[in-house]
Amino acid sequence: MTQPSSPAVHASGVSKTFVTRTGEVHALDTVDLEVAPGEFVSLIGPSGCGKSTLLRLVADLEQPTTGTLEVFGKPAATARLDQDYGIAFQQAGLLPWRTVEANIALPLELHGHAPAARTARIAELVALVGLEDFTGAYPDQLSGGMQQRVAIARALAAGPRLLLMDEPFGALDEMTRERMQTELARIAVETGAAVVFVTHSIPEAVFLSDRVVVMSPRPGRITTILDVPFGTGREESLREAPEFFERVTAVREALHGTPVTRAAER
Amino acid sequence: MTPRTENLLKVVAPIVVGVLLLGAWQLAVGVFRIAPTLIPTPAAIVAQIAEFSPIIVEDSLITATNALVGLVLGGVTGIVLAGLAARFSILDGMLLPIVAAIAVVPIVALTPIFNTMFGASSQFGRQAIAAIAAFVPVFINVLRGLRQTRPVHRDVFRAYAASGAQTFGKLTLPTALPHITTGLRIAGSLAVISALVAEYFGGPADGIGTAIASYAKSGKAALAWGYVGAGILIGLAFFLVTLLLERLATRHRPTT
Repeated sequence: MTQPSSPAVHASGVSKTFVTRTGEVHALDTVDLEVAPGEFVSLIGPSGCGKSTLLRLVADLEQPTTGTLEVFGKPAATARLDQDYGIAFQQAGLLPWRTVEANIALPLELHGHAPAARTARIAELVALVGLEDFTGAYPDQLSGGMQQRVAIARALAAGPRLLLMDEPFGALDEMTRERMQTELARIAVETGAAVVFVTHSIPEAVFLSDRVVVMSPRPGRITTILDVPFGTGREESLREAPEFFERVTAVREALHGTPVTRAAER
Repeated sequence: MTPRTENLLKVVAPIVVGVLLLGAWQLAVGVFRIAPTLIPTPAAIVAQIAEFSPIIVEDSLITATNALVGLVLGGVTGIVLAGLAARFSILDGMLLPIVAAIAVVPIVALTPIFNTMFGASSQFGRQAIAAIAAFVPVFINVLRGLRQTRPVHRDVFRAYAASGAQTFGKLTLPTALPHITTGLRIAGSLAVISALVAEYFGGPADGIGTAIASYAKSGKAALAWGYVGAGILIGLAFFLVTLLLERLATRHRPTT
């Protein structure tokens, strides 16, 4: 069992080196990060900064070269086998031969939940992501945004206390993307799960997160961690608020390493 | 043109062409007598089919059964061996040269040997020929299909801690299904052709291949052509059934 006091994610001195034909690539260099239970943390940075790698290490889809990584106080591999996290990727990754319901049921099915309990849980999840009218549809009949909702419902199926998301809205158009962000903010509050969210988008990171982790490439490092103190239950109106733009500017400056005004003059 | 007339045209056009061709054939052979003796009129062929339909059906069933047994044998062998080759890469290396060799063996080269081996009272030589012909496309397509799982799906199954058997049963196999049915569709036509051709080289004195050969030689051209028609029907039946299987397996799959 997990101790209630242990952090959702605890990384200390984590490095990851990929050996390729052309030599070694230092994807991550001595990264320390802690994510509290229920906290929403975004990882942001240019391509190659290792944000996706860090997420994959937490998910135990890759193993760190050095350093330790714990999820709810246990090694990442144990946490994966115990199903302590749910995960969603940029590609929805739905099984095309399964209906919406059957796709959401996959994690439950893999871990032998009784069909009766499954049905009730799936109904809950379908309602949570607003797909009540599409339970019998196949992925090729859904829009990109709807597919991503199914992927999120699947990630939440086993009721994990940690949600890992690798640019889940990266392939969506801007309007769908904002709607999905608002939904995700609500879902995160409703489920009380901690979220580690990889993104390229500064407004997206600011709108969703309690903390934004800014990373830089070659080697992948954490340069700054910024607080976004807007509390829970964020509304659409936040997107127009001056303090929202102020935080967006702060993240942008941290990303560029210089004040933005100067960057604009060049 | 409205979509409805367009659809109607799609059905009517080939029928019109077929009727015109048959009419021209009947005229050329029946009225103007400009064809060699082995080409009878369509009317004569239909008359022969009507007269000999019980024996044509009987022979057709024998050939079709041989093709079906061959398709099942070759198909199952192809699926099992491809599964093993996908799982154990060392087997892949061992099997590939053998499969390549089987793929280039001309069926007609093996047929007389097999027919002699299994004797004039056994259909097994013919079935084995059909099985060999069916095996190759099934093996190649299934092996390819078993390697089509997408990285994002593999990540999903690993993240949800699926066992090896679960990953195979719920991801690898369903992903391969359209390829399996494609292999079976190609193999179906090959099995029919091989089972029929195998009858030209000995074995029991039945089946439509045997009948076509003997009636053509003895000058009963119209009856021989009737049997050819039966062969076409068998081939079409195999093709349509396997095509239907393939369509079912590829429902809801993105085409890319």
